[in-house]
Amino acid sequence: MKIYTLEFEKPITELEQTLEALRGQAAEQKIDLSAQIHAIEEKLEATKKEIFTNLTPWQRVQLARHPKRPYMLDYLQRIATNFIELHGDRRFADDHAIVGGLTEIDDRRVMVIGQQKGRDTKENLMRNFGSPHPEGYRKALRLMQLAEKFDVPVICFIDTPGAYPGVGAEERHIAEAIAVNLREMMTLKTPLLAVVIGEGGSGGALGIGVCDRVLILENAYYSVISPEGCAAILWKDRANAAQAAAALKLTAKDLLELDVVDEVIPEPLGGAHKDYDETAASLKKAILKNLDKLWEMKTSDLLEARYKKYRRMGVFTRVEPKKRGRAKKDAAVVTPAPSTA
Amino acid sequence: MAVFEEKPKISETKTKKHEIPSGLWVKCKQCGEIIYTKELRANAKVCAKCDYHFTMTAAERVAMLADEGTFREVDADLASVDVLKFTGVAAYSERLRTYHRQTGMNDAVMIGLAKLDGHDVSLAVMDFSFLGASMGSVVGEKITRAIEKATELKIPVIIVSASGGARMYEGILSLMQLAKTSGALALHAKAGLPYISVLTHPTTAGVMASYGSLGDVIIAEPKALIGFAGPRVIKETTQQELPEGFQTSEFLRERGLVDLIVHRKQLKQTLAQLLKYFSGRSGRKFKAAD
Ligand SMILES: [Zn+2]
Repeated sequence: MKIYTLEFEKPITELEQTLEALRGQAAEQKIDLSAQIHAIEEKLEATKKEIFTNLTPWQRVQLARHPKRPYMLDYLQRIATNFIELHGDRRFADDHAIVGGLTEIDDRRVMVIGQQKGRDTKENLMRNFGSPHPEGYRKALRLMQLAEKFDVPVICFIDTPGAYPGVGAEERHIAEAIAVNLREMMTLKTPLLAVVIGEGGSGGALGIGVCDRVLILENAYYSVISPEGCAAILWKDRANAAQAAAALKLTAKDLLELDVVDEVIPEPLGGAHKDYDETAASLKKAILKNLDKLWEMKTSDLLEARYKKYRRMGVFTRVEPKKRGRAKKDAAVVTPAPSTA
Repeated sequence: MAVFEEKPKISETKTKKHEIPSGLWVKCKQCGEIIYTKELRANAKVCAKCDYHFTMTAAERVAMLADEGTFREVDADLASVDVLKFTGVAAYSERLRTYHRQTGMNDAVMIGLAKLDGHDVSLAVMDFSFLGASMGSVVGEKITRAIEKATELKIPVIIVSASGGARMYEGILSLMQLAKTSGALALHAKAGLPYISVLTHPTTAGVMASYGSLGDVIIAEPKALIGFAGPRVIKETTQQELPEGFQTSEFLRERGLVDLIVHRKQLKQTLAQLLKYFSGRSGRKFKAAD
């Protein structure tokens, strides 16, 4: 695979290449270059730290879209065994942009469902770049209902630029497919866990994302609209994507502060693509910890907590009746009373 | 998800705020007929010559659907907060003030209890003239409250939608309103109570990917634009010509999403007839539980 380097990764890649050359030279010519090698290693670490502790939201979006970033199947290979993929929505087609099936993580039997991107052009054509059609969401719901029937918890891996905007998708009602999932997931009688592993592209992500716990990898993002789309509408120019990315508050840290995600899973320095095994290990640890907690809950408590989790999302205020439209400067944010449901 | 939040042609001046200028005459967008505004209002804002359905405000729609004097609005004072401190070409807080001045509303939906042909119903009506009726926290919250109230009182909920999608200025919190509203509808459905979704021009993106698509019956006004992605985005992504009539009410009825297309002047009687069919063996009118 050809080397792919993001603009801000370049200083790191250059040092890595220097390091490799030195090591090669040392081995080939049987000379001791350990002092030089050590110096470059230290410089590499320092450079990595400097770049990756100060990432802008836009840089994180680019990492989330990195062509070498691990995808759902890369993680399953590392954390799960005996995967049996189940295909199709029993209505129209099998959407390869969403993969689903039964698997084991340690001794837990789980249903896994998630968007899958392709690694090369051919694979991407098959996977539609991880942009599902309605059939993907309908397959996902079918598998979730199957999981519910046999008392199997569900883990959803979210990684999509968004649901596919195409003629066929509209003709077969992609909005309805997503809406039905949102409604049905709310009352599904089995634990639901979601992990945003790359791109959380709007309704296309949420369509498998209404879960009891929502985790996110450190450099993944989750947003109501792509930064480019937002820039095109609000700035009238897609080139303003970096500003839009900052304004949308779409990073893992922002989402945690907004209470939209429950936990941020750390990535190796340099991003998940720098070490698949290490990222997979962290992911597995977080998944099992959360899954075991959910598994202990009574179903009725689980459903009540799930409803309340989404019920309290949103921030608003009340305006004074006589001066409608003008919010009180110090008005407390109104938190709705917990629902009786 | 927001398809054309900024697109709705709402001029900054007061005169054009509800599509029909406050002048005496208006030109029909479809057939070009010059119509006396008083006549247009008397005709439910439908062109008498070509049946073009002009946009209605929430207040006009409520007046048309609710039995006279029965609508009790609630939560009109809920207002949006610039929670992300959205910094862009235009400040969110500034936009909110502008639209409040133009419409007199605090956000893009009106909710309350009403009677419809004697049935107690919970009614929510979106108003496209407020920021393209995009869905942020306030819209999501009020829609959810309207649904929950209906569930609590064991009465039907009717939502008249129009929306450009989720409200970008509230970022991910807007997206979460899809889950919140759909979740409330799950409980309403489990309680065996009716929900009728009425789609008006235009209803797209986030609202279609949630409550817009979830009605026991989905009614559309004629020739409304209804869909998930905007036509321009689809064209750009697929480099494909769009089929004739793509994403219209008529197209979606043929493709199996919309149950029926109802002329605005028949909307109330159609809703009343449906409620009668949904009222169970007794056939009694829906009455709010105490
Ligand atoms: Zn006309």
